[in-house]
Order: sequence, then structure tokens, then C-alpha cells
Amino acid sequence: MAGLQPRPAACRVESGLKNTLAGLTVLAIAAAVPAASAQTAEQRLPACLACHGTNGIAKLPGVPSLGAMPADYVLTQLYMFREKMRVAAPMNALAEPLSDDDLRDLGDAISKLPPPQPAGEALAAADADHGSALVNRYHCNSCHGADLAGHDNIPRIAGQREDYLLKSLTDYKSGARPGYSPAMSEASKEIQPDHIPVLARFVSRQK
Amino acid sequence: MPRPTQFAVAALATALLAGTALAQTTPPTPKGDPLEGRPSNTEAAKLAPVDGPPLPTPAAKLPTAMLKVPEGYKVEVYASGMPDARSMRLGDKGTLFVGSRLNDKVYAVTQVDGKPVVKILARGLHRPNGLAFKDGNLYVAELNKVWRYDNIEANLDNPPKPTLIYDDLPSDEPHGWKFIGIGPDNKLYVPIGAPGNILVPPPTHAQIRRMDLDGKNVETVATGVRNSVGFDWNPKTKDFYFTNNARDWLSEDIPNDTLHEVKAGTGTPPNFGYPYCHQGNFTDPEFGWGHKCDEFAAPTALLGAHAATLGMRFYTGSMIPEAAGGIFVARHGSWNRTTKNGGDVVLVKLNDDGSFKSMQPFMTGFLQDNKYVARPVDVLPMPDGSLLVSDDWNGAVWRVSKAQ
Ligand code: HEC
Ligand code: HEC
Repeated sequence: MAGLQPRPAACRVESGLKNTLAGLTVLAIAAAVPAASAQTAEQRLPACLACHGTNGIAKLPGVPSLGAMPADYVLTQLYMFREKMRVAAPMNALAEPLSDDDLRDLGDAISKLPPPQPAGEALAAADADHGSALVNRYHCNSCHGADLAGHDNIPRIAGQREDYLLKSLTDYKSGARPGYSPAMSEASKEIQPDHIPVLARFVSRQK
Repeated sequence: MPRPTQFAVAALATALLAGTALAQTTPPTPKGDPLEGRPSNTEAAKLAPVDGPPLPTPAAKLPTAMLKVPEGYKVEVYASGMPDARSMRLGDKGTLFVGSRLNDKVYAVTQVDGKPVVKILARGLHRPNGLAFKDGNLYVAELNKVWRYDNIEANLDNPPKPTLIYDDLPSDEPHGWKFIGIGPDNKLYVPIGAPGNILVPPPTHAQIRRMDLDGKNVETVATGVRNSVGFDWNPKTKDFYFTNNARDWLSEDIPNDTLHEVKAGTGTPPNFGYPYCHQGNFTDPEFGWGHKCDEFAAPTALLGAHAATLGMRFYTGSMIPEAAGGIFVARHGSWNRTTKNGGDVVLVKLNDDGSFKSMQPFMTGFLQDNKYVARPVDVLPMPDGSLLVSDDWNGAVWRVSKAQ
């Protein structure tokens, strides 16, 4: 098995994100498929973390951090990837061979990883105030929890990568990402477009 | 269950109080957000819509023993393993069709040697909650499209390509999923919910339409309807009855969800009051100014605050004599209330003139210690008189029948 594990070197390839993701996908699928039913979540996780970052903190653009994500949320998203209800190239192929129990086990394992630590320079006070006011105005904390750490089917967003937050919010709003429950699509419906970057910057800096 | 008249004074007082609180504390909020209208206090901030798990509960772990029915009846599992099982329809040859809302699938259940066999009939649909069946054909309503699958029961393993019947429908997610049905007038009924909690709906929303089975000759049968996810026709009078989900965030205790009636042959579509009047007896603290509830058609019955009344069917069977002529209503259960309300199947009785007589619990136990262990969505009386109840929390269908 060891020979099939993705090597950390793959992460350092400078040839653009697409190639990196493609390379890691091939490696991860190779790692996952041959013994699909025999592998435990612990055995699968390293291949996942090649992209999602060791300890669940993602370093690659476009790849979400998974640390301390609620187990139910991870399970739901993996289910959606497997059923092609959420379309995202690397994940659909990766989730395909996973059984219901695999999804549950991966959800549990991922929820135990440490939460991501906020990255990027600190926000100017005015930006922080604006972000915090918008979080209140749009009730983000009502669903995602007072500290935005998520619970049950609702994801942790605190400390998530800014680029990923930006993309998800844009995709809910445009309908490109339907969401399992319509709650997030509904909530995003009237977020003003120019508020999305402010929210993404602010939320990515929360612990 | 308070009657409308007794309730009016209390309702008015609460509405006025709520109105004051809202005026002081609510910042401008986005209209499509389910939290639209939420007052800013910490108790209210704990409430948000709750969804079940995406994987169906394994058969061995289903909470069958927790579900209670009256003495002399029993609950068993009719079928399981259908994530997010929602609306139900029965085919002429006995196939049970089951739609979903959070999932993308329509299921077909057949019984082979007394054991359920579940097939995925269609996948990749967007909120395929609504189903209807007529002359061998299955109608499926997505968020904004209605399809027809011809001669479906002969083709369960290899369903035909569906024909698009109707897509002149908005794409709003809030209250966008549908219940559909075909009436004794041979028309397809399609509701369109309000695109948010409380707002003045565009002329295309908050109504129920009907049309020929090919999607032509569309007309409106009811307006001022916030969100109906269940209806049926009185088998005696052919009058159309539907359940409606009332607005959120006004108060823990009001307004009630409602049962409404449109008499067969009614010309001008009645307006049931949304967003101006709630439960027939008080005006909305924001939108109600300048209106009176008498302007609108009154509800037939009040079915509980935030109870989420969904599927309903008249009962004409003989296995459950106490339900004869009554209506079974599935109350999915509240999210917008600190102590959850609903989460049961109730039996509503009407007087001979069609007015409300009584409401009693029939199947309970879905709610344990203020948490859901199951959630009823739709009810379906079977030809043998037993009652099926779908459950989107466990991805299962329950059967209530006489205990031998
Ligand atoms: C090739 C890189 C790659 C690998 C390997 C990979 N992922 Fe992903 N994963 C992604 C990307 C990119 C996304 C974001 C998809 C999108 O934009 O919607 C994602 C999204 C996810 C999400 C959704 C997170 C969220 O916040 O919604 C989960 C859960 C997830 N991956 C779990 C896993 C698991 C479990 C494995 C191992 C079996 C794995 N991933 C392996 C690239 C990868
Ligand atoms: C009504 C409840 C609700 C509100 C309000 C809400 N969210 Fe969400 N949010 C959810 C749910 C549920 C999901 C998961 C949806 C899915 O299945 O894709 C989600 C998903 C997300 C995601 C995707 C995270 C990931 O890891 O992929 C982001 C980002 C997000 N929300 C940000 C926000 C922000 C910012 C706000 C406030 C502007 C907000 N949400 C308000 C319920 C809510």
C-alpha cells in the first residue's frame, strides 16, 4: 500500500493548481480503489489530506480545510459527491467507491482533526467591524453557531480558506451549488454581491 | 386546540406585543432567508430549520417501538432505505411511489413475497417532492418542472424518458418544492409557495394553480396561500381541501398552520389572506395595516403553531372505523419554536356542512425529549384500509394497521 500513497512532493509541484489536483486525484483514487472495502477511515485519510492538508488545514487554493468539521456535515457532503448531487471533479470520482459506512467513518475521523487556524494578515478594525455587522445582519451565526464552528448538518466556516468561502458563497447565490438543505441557498439569496468578499475575508479570520 | 373565536383576543394581544418587539429590534433582513423576521434575542437565535441525516436509518435501528397508535392498532415498517422519503402515491398495480426533497431521487416500492423491494426510479432531479398518478402514468414535480413518466408500472426497471408537462414555474428555493395531485375534475393541481417567510408575494407566487394533464389551460384556484405541501378532495362533495404552513417568527404560539377549503365549482379563486391576515383572525403586524381579516376566506381549521402540516388525505377505508370520513394530517413538526410542536399524525373530523369538528392525535412518538426520532411527511390510506406514513428523517415508510 505504501507505494500507492501520494508523496508530499506532489503538493509542491509548481505547474498550476489544475495539474496538482489532477495528479493528486489519480494518486488518491489509486490509493482508494484497489481495496475499497478493506480500508479503514484511518488508512484512507492520508490520501485525503494530501489535498486537504495535514491536520485538516488546506494549503492548496480552492481546497477547503476540513479540520473539526461536524461529522454529519462531512457525511452529507460525501454522500452528495458520491450521488453526484454536488459536482466537483476530484471529489465525485473519489467518493464513488465509498460505502455508507465509509462515509460515516470518514465523517467521524475528519470531525476529530484540529480546527484550522486563521491565515492571512489581521483585518483593519473597520473591515472587522463591517464583517461582524454583516454576519449579524445576515444571521450567519444563527445557523452556523455563535462562533461559526457549525454543528450537525451545518459546516464550520470559521478559519476556512478565504478563496473557498468566496467561491461557495458565490455558487450558492448563483444556484451552481444547490446545497443539501435549501437553507443556505435561501440565506444567500439576498446577500448583496459586494458583501460576499467582505464576509469571506472576515469569516476566514475567525477562530 | 383553541377555536378561532376564543383565540382571537389572545392572538391580537400577542400580535400587538410581537409587533412592538419587531419594530424595535429587527434590522432590514433578506427576504428569502428563512430567518427573515427573526427578532434579535438569544433564545430566538437558537432556532433554525432542522434537517434529517442524508443516509437512511438501517432497518435494525428504526425507532418502530417508539411510535404509538391507538389501542387495537400496530405500527410496522412498510419499506426502508429510501433517503428523505416524502410524498407518496400508489400505482394501479400496487407500486408505491415515493418522492424526496433534499435528495434527488424518486423511489418505487413493490412487495415481493411479502418483502419490500425498493428501486430508484429516477435520480438527478432537483427537489422531486411532488407525485401524482393517473391512468398508468406517474407525474413528478421538481422545484420548477413537472414531468410525466408513461406506463410506469410496466417499466420500473427501465423507466421511459419523461415528457415535460409544465415549466412556467419560478425557481425560488424557499417553499419551492411541491406537492401535486390530480383532482376529480381530472386537473393537475400545482402549488407555488411564497418565496420567503413574510413578504408581499409577486403575482406568480403564494397560490395554487390547476391545469389539464398536458399542462394546458392553466388557471388559479387559490391565492394568498403561503405554502401548501398537501391536499386532497372530499370524496363526497369533491371540494378541495389543503393544508398551509403559516409564517414564522411572529411568536412561539401563533399563527397556527391551517386547513382550507375551496368548494367544487368555485369561480373566482378565493384569497386566503397571506401576507395580510393569519389564521383568519388577526392581521400581520407589518403587512396587515389597512386590511381586515373579513376581506379574506377564513380557514376551516387551525392545526397548531409552527406544526408544519404537510400531507393530508381523506380516509374512506373500513380498517380504522374511528377515522371514517375524517382527514389524516401529517404534522412534520416545528423548528421555529423552543418547545417543538407537531411531529405526529392527527385525525381531523369535519361536520356535515364541511366545517371543523375535532382534531385528535392518531400516531405519536416522533418527537422524544424535544428531539426528532422520526418525522411524518405524507399519509396514504391503502386499498386494504391500512395507513402508510412516510418519514423523511429515517428514509422509511410506516404502516399502521389493525393489530391481529
Ligand atoms: C485531488 C485533491 C483532493 C483529494 C485527494 C481529496 N479532496 Fe476533498 N475536496 C477537494 C476539492 C478541490 C474540494 C472542493 C470542491 C468544490 O469546490 O466544491 C473538496 C471538497 C471536499 C469536501 C467538502 C468540504 C466542504 O467544506 O464542503 C469534503 C468533505 C472532502 N472534500 C472530503 C475528502 C475526503 C474524505 C477525501 C479522501 C477520501 C478527499 N476529500 C480527498 C480536493 C480533494
Ligand atoms: C438558515 C441557516 C443558514 C444561514 C442563515 C446561513 N447558513 Fe451558511 N450554510 C447553512 C447550511 C445548512 C449549509 C450547508 C449547505 C449544503 O449542504 O451545501 C451552509 C453552508 C455554508 C457554506 C459552505 C461551507 C463549506 O464548507 O462548503 C458557507 C461558506 C456558508 N454557509 C457561509 C454562510 C455565511 C457567510 C452566512 C451569512 C451570510 C451563512 N452561511 C448563513 C445554513 C445557513
